[in-house]
Amino acid sequence: MKGYRKYFGKKIVWFLITFAAAILLNFILPRLMPGDPVAAITAKSAQGISDASAAQEIYNHYAEQFGTNEPMYVQFFTYCKNAAKGDFGLSFSQYPRKVSNIIGSALPWTLALQFPAIIVGWIIGNVLGALAAYIRKGFDKVLMPVTLFFSSLPAFGLAVILMIVFAINLKVAPISGGYGYDLIPQLSWKFVRSVFTHYQLPFWSIVLISIGGQAIGMRSMSIYELNADYVKYSRFLGIKDRKIVGYVFRNAMLPQITGLALSIGTMVGGALVSEVIFSYPGLGSTILQAVSNSDYPLLSATTLIITIMVLLASFIVDIIYGFIDPRVKAAQFD
Amino acid sequence: MKNTIRQVFHSPKFVVGFVIFALMLLMVIIYPIISPGDPLQMISKGSFLKPGVYFSVYDSINTNSKTIDLPEANQKRLANKLSDTDKVSMVQWLTAAGVPAEDIDMEDTTSLIKLWNEKYDPTVKPEGMTMAQRNFYKRLDKSLDNILNEQPLVVSAQNQETQTLDEIKRISDTDYVNLKDVPNVKVLPLGTDNFGDDVLKKLVSATKTSLLIGLIAGSIATLIGLTLGLLAGYLGGFIDDFIMFITNLFTVIPSFVLLILISYSIGQDKRGASTVAIVIGITSWVWTTRSVRSQVISLRNRDHVNLSKLSGHSLTSIIIKDILPYIASYVVMAFILQISTAILAEASLSMIGLGPKTADVSTLGLMMDWAMSYSAHLNGAWWAYFPVILVIALISFSLNLMNTGLDQVFNPTLRD
Repeated sequence: MKGYRKYFGKKIVWFLITFAAAILLNFILPRLMPGDPVAAITAKSAQGISDASAAQEIYNHYAEQFGTNEPMYVQFFTYCKNAAKGDFGLSFSQYPRKVSNIIGSALPWTLALQFPAIIVGWIIGNVLGALAAYIRKGFDKVLMPVTLFFSSLPAFGLAVILMIVFAINLKVAPISGGYGYDLIPQLSWKFVRSVFTHYQLPFWSIVLISIGGQAIGMRSMSIYELNADYVKYSRFLGIKDRKIVGYVFRNAMLPQITGLALSIGTMVGGALVSEVIFSYPGLGSTILQAVSNSDYPLLSATTLIITIMVLLASFIVDIIYGFIDPRVKAAQFD
Repeated sequence: MKNTIRQVFHSPKFVVGFVIFALMLLMVIIYPIISPGDPLQMISKGSFLKPGVYFSVYDSINTNSKTIDLPEANQKRLANKLSDTDKVSMVQWLTAAGVPAEDIDMEDTTSLIKLWNEKYDPTVKPEGMTMAQRNFYKRLDKSLDNILNEQPLVVSAQNQETQTLDEIKRISDTDYVNLKDVPNVKVLPLGTDNFGDDVLKKLVSATKTSLLIGLIAGSIATLIGLTLGLLAGYLGGFIDDFIMFITNLFTVIPSFVLLILISYSIGQDKRGASTVAIVIGITSWVWTTRSVRSQVISLRNRDHVNLSKLSGHSLTSIIIKDILPYIASYVVMAFILQISTAILAEASLSMIGLGPKTADVSTLGLMMDWAMSYSAHLNGAWWAYFPVILVIALISFSLNLMNTGLDQVFNPTLRD
């Protein structure tokens, strides 16, 4: 176990550094936007007030509440301090609702939708890719162009097609939302069933998209490994084919796991747009809402949460990788 | 070089991808020549006109008509007017009157009407049918007759002086005009979109813009990635550490998030197509950097590079003459991939409202975004979004196919 400490320590330090960079970027970038968002919401609530000093009063009130009257670095430290407590300030568009409250209600939907979908897509993709590499011939000839085409489809394109076919034409699934319009979120059998039926289309659209890329990557890796010298040597030694295949796929899996850690970010990006198509009440729809209302506290908090989600996910995959890859273990004994 | 190109064109995957891509390019170049005009011009009032041929009713009235007698004309006219509920009622009567079910075909309206005219008899009282229902069928039968009353239609114009209507022309149901004689005919192969723009024309111009975005973004990303990768890999030491630190940082921070934040901070007004392309370019170079660096590291200590170093060649000449040729194939492949991811990134960005400004240009993502926000998919207006998805898919499919083909040529272990 002692050997692992260095590996994990390195990973944790790296995680903290990226985390700090992410917070900094999230704070700075939205605030570079030209125009004063506080002025915009003052204009909205000061409509019809002709008295300039009264309007100024309202402006100052809002500026104080959002903290925009302080210098940048003070704002940053307040931001960090509050963010650590889970307080991201007030939303501009849904004033006076708290940003953390909006995100809190969207986050479970995204988590429950995306991570299972990405993992299922990853597993199916790898199995298909491995089979294509092992069987070759007919299966490979058919599967490869099909997966290539699927991975070429934009995530939202597939989402729209699934919606048209299954929700609008076949009417086997609901068109949009996370649960029926006529229901209130509660723990009843009816609600759970409604959530489940609404879950299907977004889920499968993400799964189908992630299958493509994974299958192609796994196929190349497996073919590479199948041609490696150790496979030929094992064959000379007369080791059973089944056992060799086991070795091959274990070796081919390793880069795929790293690949998963590195591509989770891209996958989440695509999946967020799928959410928008299905009006799924997750973070994707929250981003859309924040963008269309120029609500930067909401936008920056949402992107921060997404970044943290992705960082954590790749951190976890890295940790798992450390346990699986024998080379990591071997390196510790040097 | 020549040999490599010949080899590349022997790969069937590359050729298929190349042909699809070339056809798209050709379409983008040729179509605006055939059908000139501003793609963002609103030509229809009202949104989502169905695809088809539109010809001026005004002109066709004023065109010389010929008489053509077609036996099926009336039945077709009826079929067009008959609603689905009426058809269901007719089928119900016919079944009640004892017509065998296999003779009745709901889908074929013409034959249904023929059958109705043969069998319907107002005096027959099918079992279990109330008086009100029988009267309903009488009215239905009468309305069918009314559609076919064969009275000519009268076209009139208002007299400016007397304000009375003067008859200009009578149109009988056997009058036909030749479409070639009608001066104003508009073919809308893909209908119109929510703004009333010609979808096909807009699609072609959007494809062009999106390809340009892909090209600009891809070039920027490849250039940054290549430069950083070469520097990091060849120089090593502190520069390598520093570049790799930045690269690793941006590998884990999702580029989609960066894209959202940067596009948002640029602001709606300043976000033209080229700005979006640049933003996409500067957020997607990390993968190129990583792979170029690792390849350069393996090349750095080869004999021919060391020999060049000993002969006193400059850094730039070593990189250009001794290293670049070895990684060129890889860089081309990375570039192709960058183009397709950039086009997808633009589309995704537009879907959440952070795409280029709508007023100036149309891009594939913007077309998709507008179609979705006017719920084209719920109105059955497939022509507003499906061609867009297809074009995006075809572009990235062809680019991916070319890439796989190249991969098989340059990476012999993957060959079949």
